Amino acid sequence: MSIMSEFTKGLWKELPPFRLVLGLCPTLAVTNTADNGLGMGLAVIFVLVLSNMLISMVRSIIPKTVRIACFIVIAASLVVAVELLMQAYAYPLYQQLGIFVPLIVVNCIILGRAEAFAAKNGVAASIADGFGIGIGYTVSLTFLGSLREVFGNGTWFGHHVMWQGFEPFRIMVQAPGAFICLGLILAGMNMFNFWQARRRGGKPQELLGCGCCSGCTACGSGNEAAR
Amino acid sequence: MDILAIFISAIFVNNIVLAQYLGNCPYLGCSKEKGVALGMGGAVIFVIIVATLCTWLIQKHVLEPLALGYLQTIVFIVVIAALVQFVEMFLKKAMPPLYLALGIFLPLITTNCAVMGVTILVQREGYGLFESVVWGLAYGLGFTLALLLMAGIRERLDTCRLPKAMAGTPLALIMAGLMSLAFMGFKGMGH
Repeated sequence: MSIMSEFTKGLWKELPPFRLVLGLCPTLAVTNTADNGLGMGLAVIFVLVLSNMLISMVRSIIPKTVRIACFIVIAASLVVAVELLMQAYAYPLYQQLGIFVPLIVVNCIILGRAEAFAAKNGVAASIADGFGIGIGYTVSLTFLGSLREVFGNGTWFGHHVMWQGFEPFRIMVQAPGAFICLGLILAGMNMFNFWQARRRGGKPQELLGCGCCSGCTACGSGNEAAR
Repeated sequence: MDILAIFISAIFVNNIVLAQYLGNCPYLGCSKEKGVALGMGGAVIFVIIVATLCTWLIQKHVLEPLALGYLQTIVFIVVIAALVQFVEMFLKKAMPPLYLALGIFLPLITTNCAVMGVTILVQREGYGLFESVVWGLAYGLGFTLALLLMAGIRERLDTCRLPKAMAGTPLALIMAGLMSLAFMGFKGMGH
């Protein structure tokens, strides 16, 4: 039961880029089409599940003081594996995602989950957590990518979906569209939370910030940054 | 003339945050006050320059002669992590005032994709050593500029009444979008 809940929390309660405001750079950069969003999400699932698994396996051997360095090395090795796999089997996608494939290693989701979850929990729970968060991330990226592709290009996964004579908003597939779209989605998320809280009469759930990132106490952010 | 072109291109046309989508976490997290923004910007500039220098030398003199190019990612991140640690220790001993100003931001920089991103970008573009370091400096300046502008706007916003759902990150993202729209106006300048 607990493993199931570790898995499902990533799908809604801790949905990565929308609820936990984490891993924003790839979220913004690669979502100009739904295809790219999905591809990036799958690469992140691969790295996240395996890094969670490996880290929870070796968590008792790693000295506390050098754990971050160890996590980074583990994640980096997995990212190199993903890079080589993508070069072999999905070269067009690899070229599309460009610099953001190697940058998975500094994606705060990977390190955040390692520090906040895998370093404290068993192997099975960590794998479930990795899958949940990874799938949540993939769905979010695909959603944002779809939104931008449909409005910015009139296509979805490369197929035309809008009516004849639809004038695409080019700005949506460029950088400003990414920021504005994500901002509106987060605002929508907030509104939904407030509405839900009012209906239940409880306190609204805050967006969780980059609090689980390794050294974030310095920017005085934690939960505050997300608000 | 070339160097001027690099600066204009890296700061305005291809701004690292607003056009290349790198370093967004600190861009949103550390843009609450101008002082913090300046500290973070300074630390990023400093680390980017040193990291570009070291990773360039390692790439050209170790990885490429040994045909280990595929290890780039893992080597770069380890170098950057070690470098940040080293810079922190060095500043603490040798320049305490600078350490006080930048010290708390240094641990954050290891996982800042702006630093890692620039070191990989200059390799993919195939720049020489001097050019790479200048690009690093210029990207760092662009990052600081974006951060400072954002901090200035957010300090103003603190005194405004905002819709509750928009306050904080959502509005910051939308402002970043508008700012990036404005920066798109610089396109065509570097040619």
